Amino acid sequence: MLFLNAQKPSLIKDPYVYRPDSIMLDLEDAVAENQKDAARYSLFHALREIDYRGVERVVRINGLDTPYWREDIRVCVAGGCDSIRIAKTESAGDVIAVEREVEKAEREFGREIGSTLLMAAIESARGVLNVLEICESSERLFGVALSGGDYTKDLQTKISKTGIELAGARQLMVITARAAGVQCFDTVYTDLDDMDGFRAEVEMDKIMGFDGKSLINPRQIAPVHEIYTPTAKEIVFAEKVVREIETKRAQGIGVFTVDGKMIDIAFYDGARKTLAMARAAGVYDGAL
Amino acid sequence: MRNSLGREIPDEWLRKTGKEVYRGPSFRCESSYRKAAPTVRSARLDGHSKVVDSIRSVLEKCGVHDGMYFGFHHHFRDGDYVINLVMKEVAAMGVRDITICASSMGTAHDYIDELIEQGVVSSIQSSGVRGRIGEAISYGKLKRPAVIRSHGGRVRAIEEGDIHLDIAFVGAPTCDEYGNARPVGGKSDCGVLSYSMADARYADKVVVLTDCLVLFPNVPASISMTDVDYVCVVDEIGDPKKIVSNVIRETKDVRELMMADYCARIITESPYFRDGFSFQTGGGGAALAVTKLLRRPMEESGVSIGFAIGGIMKAMCDMMDDGLVKKIVDAQVFDSFAIEHIKRNPNHVEISTSEYANPMNKGAYVNRLDFVILGALEVDVDFNVNVITGSDGIVRGAPGGHPDTAAGARCSIIVAPLIRGRIPTVCDRVLTVTTPGETVDVVVTDYGIAINPRRADLLEAYKYSRLPIMTIEELRDIAYGITGRPDPIPFEDEVVALVEYRDGTILDVIRKIKE
Repeated sequence: MLFLNAQKPSLIKDPYVYRPDSIMLDLEDAVAENQKDAARYSLFHALREIDYRGVERVVRINGLDTPYWREDIRVCVAGGCDSIRIAKTESAGDVIAVEREVEKAEREFGREIGSTLLMAAIESARGVLNVLEICESSERLFGVALSGGDYTKDLQTKISKTGIELAGARQLMVITARAAGVQCFDTVYTDLDDMDGFRAEVEMDKIMGFDGKSLINPRQIAPVHEIYTPTAKEIVFAEKVVREIETKRAQGIGVFTVDGKMIDIAFYDGARKTLAMARAAGVYDGAL
Repeated sequence: MRNSLGREIPDEWLRKTGKEVYRGPSFRCESSYRKAAPTVRSARLDGHSKVVDSIRSVLEKCGVHDGMYFGFHHHFRDGDYVINLVMKEVAAMGVRDITICASSMGTAHDYIDELIEQGVVSSIQSSGVRGRIGEAISYGKLKRPAVIRSHGGRVRAIEEGDIHLDIAFVGAPTCDEYGNARPVGGKSDCGVLSYSMADARYADKVVVLTDCLVLFPNVPASISMTDVDYVCVVDEIGDPKKIVSNVIRETKDVRELMMADYCARIITESPYFRDGFSFQTGGGGAALAVTKLLRRPMEESGVSIGFAIGGIMKAMCDMMDDGLVKKIVDAQVFDSFAIEHIKRNPNHVEISTSEYANPMNKGAYVNRLDFVILGALEVDVDFNVNVITGSDGIVRGAPGGHPDTAAGARCSIIVAPLIRGRIPTVCDRVLTVTTPGETVDVVVTDYGIAINPRRADLLEAYKYSRLPIMTIEELRDIAYGITGRPDPIPFEDEVVALVEYRDGTILDVIRKIKE
């Protein structure tokens, strides 16, 4: 998910050339207080006029403690964005309040009710502790994302390259999101010159179970895709697992080995997900 | 008369120049001709010094007069003082109607615009015209149209006698009193003197200007005493800071890096990527990044470059030092690292521009080139490229070796953003053709890559590629979809420049811009 200042035409005109999975057009921190109107204007026209070629368009609206968020929502819905990212989410009530406004706007602009999805940015200690109720607050909510900068400020610490200050939030959020059946995205990595550090963090995110990462520069897209795209070896193995499980199940065999590794039905969903990811990444067009 | 690219070349100019219209890149291949020759006055037996104390004296000794053709090189690039020093003296002597035949001209020569106004300079024949001279051409200030030739085309024109240089002025970092000039040493090191070699061989009078006189013999000499009439020592021949840039622009622009990645993958996925392949690239951010991006796949597949052609920069020298490049044949160096490299590495050698790119000699390096990465201001749906006229119709570019390398290379790759500002790069019809589409194989943009349909082998090679390959028409439609179709630029009928193809046929004409 690539962050872009909604007010900068040069950024929002064609970010799809870098092939992000989604873009996050920012009306919040990237836009100065006296430029909110201009940013909304630019956002609305971008959403209406630009063909983003399948890249999902998420808009980060201003926090619920500001006078801007309701108008932000009207513009997002009128423009036809795919999803709204709620800044500084702390409770289920925040999500419900946004949902109410979104539905109102969908009626106002003749959009299908429920077509605008939501995601919640968790930016505080309270938000982290309430993440389960947030994840379960709305049918529209497809995921949560950690916002490390504000969260560490709230925690009265700062971001270090060890990741120790974010470890608890990351772990809790992934576990909770999985329990609630929604997606979970990790925070941004701000040192653009340290690509090795960035790669290491994305590798860690993948191992932890995150579904993706928020990005601040197109340069970061390729490493994320590379790390998250299943390798040829993984794809071949996943195919074998799916085929073997389906064959053995018909024969009434529950546990067996594939390439020397013990396999049972518990591996089925994981293997299916690997193949689905590979297909989505364009590296697999097999029959499974 | 229309040429084979459908460009209308006025009969008047075909008559006046005796030229033919362009008929394809191979039109003059294997044809015979007799080379031109200069007038030579043989030396005395006493081995006298050829040093003359001032430019004025040199000009007098050369018998300078109205209507002469002068040759200059561009190895000092934006730091060049030579053209202005010579032309200032020519103007002071009251001489008029000079044609400057420089291998390239840039902002260092804005002063020449004044001499055009005064009638001292009446025409320009060059491979590159930028700055105020470009504007002077486009606004019709020259008495006779400019002639734009590629680097290879310029040497051909000299060797074939289309241009007869009355005097060649060779700025040289070092020279001895008998005329042996070298591109290294002194305070204005420029690495090679490739572009002046033909000038020295074919001009009636040859003058070396240097700011560092060294002991005889200054060898190995790039310009030999056998060709030199006079040596003139001046305070400075150039600004060393502008002759080479020590700052290597390593791009961080994601768009440039993305296009560089596409280029590198076009190369590595092509059938011509094999051990001993040959490669040339320019000095832009994306081009430099391509060189760097090739390193990993080359190391992984055990492939090395047989020869690389210069413009050479540090990245290529580093690859040679790491055993990834066998030979560098260099007609132009772009940074100080490359200058030092050519001095110490016997496999990094200076070549003449005729060896580099002349289409009418018996063999040039470009003919054996596998890949070249080139830029473009515009590319049209016939793959024709414009690198001369800007979006305002003004002359502000340089074909340089573009048409030469595109014609010779097995796979010529153009890299350019699809849109610059609000200007589409891929369009229906380029303003000026500088490189014919039949010699352009791949167009790489940030939005996608187009393969020339004339290249069935390449289309087949990338059939299963994951690169974003589309048709050139699709690229054009995307560009126009974003920018709209630009209004045509208003020109007058007057022809202000002739664009010659490398073989001497007329590719296109540039008309006066409407004021």
